[in-house]
Amino acid sequence: MPFEWVVALRFLREGRLQTALIVGGAGAGVAVVLFITALVNGLQANTIKRVLGTQAHIVIRPIEEVARPQREAAAGEVVMPRVEARAQRLRSIDQWQALEPVLDAMPGVTAVSPMVSGPAFALRGDASKSIAIFGVDPARYDRIVAVGEKLVGGAFRLGPDDAVIGKELAKDLGLSVGDRFRVLTAEAAAPVTQSFFVSGIVDLGVRDLNRRTVYVAFRTAQTLLALPGGASQIDLKVDDLFGAEVLARRLETQTGLTVESWMRTNEQLLAAINAQNISTGTIRTFVALIVAVGIASVLVVWVVQKRREIGILRAMGASRGSVQRVFLLQGAMVAVAGSLLGSALATGMIAAFTKIVRNADGTPLFDVIAVPAWLYAAAIGGAIAGGIVAAALPARAAARLDPAQAIRM
Amino acid sequence: MSAPLVQLSGIRKSYGSATDLEVEVLHGIDLALAPGEFTALIGPSGSGKSTLLNLIGLLEPPSGGSYVLGGRETAKLSEDDVTALRATQIGFVFQFHHLLPAFTATENVLMPGLIARGPVTRERREAARELLSDVGLADRLDYLPRKLSGGQQQRVAIARALSLAPPLVLADEPTGNLDTHSADEIFALMRRFNAVSGTAFLIVTHDPRLARRCDRIVELVDGGVAGDRPNLASKGDA
Repeated sequence: MPFEWVVALRFLREGRLQTALIVGGAGAGVAVVLFITALVNGLQANTIKRVLGTQAHIVIRPIEEVARPQREAAAGEVVMPRVEARAQRLRSIDQWQALEPVLDAMPGVTAVSPMVSGPAFALRGDASKSIAIFGVDPARYDRIVAVGEKLVGGAFRLGPDDAVIGKELAKDLGLSVGDRFRVLTAEAAAPVTQSFFVSGIVDLGVRDLNRRTVYVAFRTAQTLLALPGGASQIDLKVDDLFGAEVLARRLETQTGLTVESWMRTNEQLLAAINAQNISTGTIRTFVALIVAVGIASVLVVWVVQKRREIGILRAMGASRGSVQRVFLLQGAMVAVAGSLLGSALATGMIAAFTKIVRNADGTPLFDVIAVPAWLYAAAIGGAIAGGIVAAALPARAAARLDPAQAIRM
Repeated sequence: MSAPLVQLSGIRKSYGSATDLEVEVLHGIDLALAPGEFTALIGPSGSGKSTLLNLIGLLEPPSGGSYVLGGRETAKLSEDDVTALRATQIGFVFQFHHLLPAFTATENVLMPGLIARGPVTRERREAARELLSDVGLADRLDYLPRKLSGGQQQRVAIARALSLAPPLVLADEPTGNLDTHSADEIFALMRRFNAVSGTAFLIVTHDPRLARRCDRIVELVDGGVAGDRPNLASKGDA
């Protein structure tokens, strides 16, 4: 082993209590950082998963129709037009059939599902409920929103007169799988009614959605909503969740359509996540700072205590650089030991946390709460860098000691 | 006589930088040490003996004058070159042994080699053990310094100073805190190494009894050389 390693290791071994304290401190710091990060990541992943469980990542819609004044002002003329915003009628996306394969082939897009949706009423006996019709291709749509997983009865099967309805709606209308009900729409010139069988009942996890959602076959919806051959929106699922907005903006300029990402439609959620990230980042920074200051202060004391030995080493021919490296190494070693201890501690804490903290019904509070490998690597790497930075000042002080004076003490 | 190992000419050393606070400790020392010479450096307290030793040992630079060690003018060397020169040319024996308390006797002896030549090899370890056996510590090889007596610690220190076979060993009151018997043994040990390997010794001592057993006695008074005489009576004392 080179000189610096031998001496650094032996000094650490010699100052057992100090070494234990400093390693313990660094370990606690690393554990806190890892644990908080894992906890917050798990929390966010769960929140996002829940929110996006019933949403597409990106939704493409036709451009909104805008009313324009009929006459532009000529030179020297003042026109005071009164332009009313247009009522937005249900329209199809232009050329959506051409768009679909392009989207399918687009890198980063994992699922594409065209949809025809619009307002309607569900009728049974004397009762009528306001609903929203979603005309989808089950195979495609299931990859956007996993309806199949959320069924409480029946199957996600959509024949020409099948309907999968929300749980609350089924309750309100007294429907169960196999029952019949009618749907009334007012999109065409004259109201249209069609009779449906309930092929499945779904629980989307949101009461309002459960009360209003009726899935029917794509073509059936086209007929009901008077959009033959049309699609009122295209749902997309993407690889990179947080890259959705960027992709949406790109799609918007490319297609000229209205493109919205989940990040836009859930701005408050996103703001909350950002706020969370900032606060955990702040906590992490402060913990790291405290650990670094702790390491530095112990090393400073160390240098003072070891003055004479430093002097002896210098007299025996150790260069200033060597002495400096001894203390830098000590900082790094302490940090490595601390981060390993902290990683173990964090793993234990997370295991204990997932075991102890549970929902009232005994299910785990989070599905995923794990520290990814890169986080361990980052914590260890960061700790080593921090340890070396913390040791820089004491190491310089040690290197600057005048050997003649240090020996005389 | 061959070229001097150490050649000091007009060496001055002062402390404190502000002109009125400046204290000159050494006022122009001229001194030459030949290879293999066994010299005592005597003088009252405060005469500058330790300072001179530190200068020769390259632990501090002189304020003025020229110091040539082994044919090289030290003033022209960089800090790193000085450190390297110190590592290979000079061994130190201090009054309070100054062993590294965290390392065993063998490890202390290995330390100069570890610094100058890198990771310890089996041969170097064997050589260190042999050297320690030579100074009579064959049964204390893996003891920590605090488990050794004062005389034993000083023996380890001598073995350490000699581990790289430097041409010059500087000893600052090496027997200062030892009883007469141990002091005699340590002194005999240094004479033996001087005779066997031709290592030059410069020994600061207060003890006239020991000074009389050196080949040459240099006396320092008030920062100047007050006496420098060969001591023929020492012969055959090893």
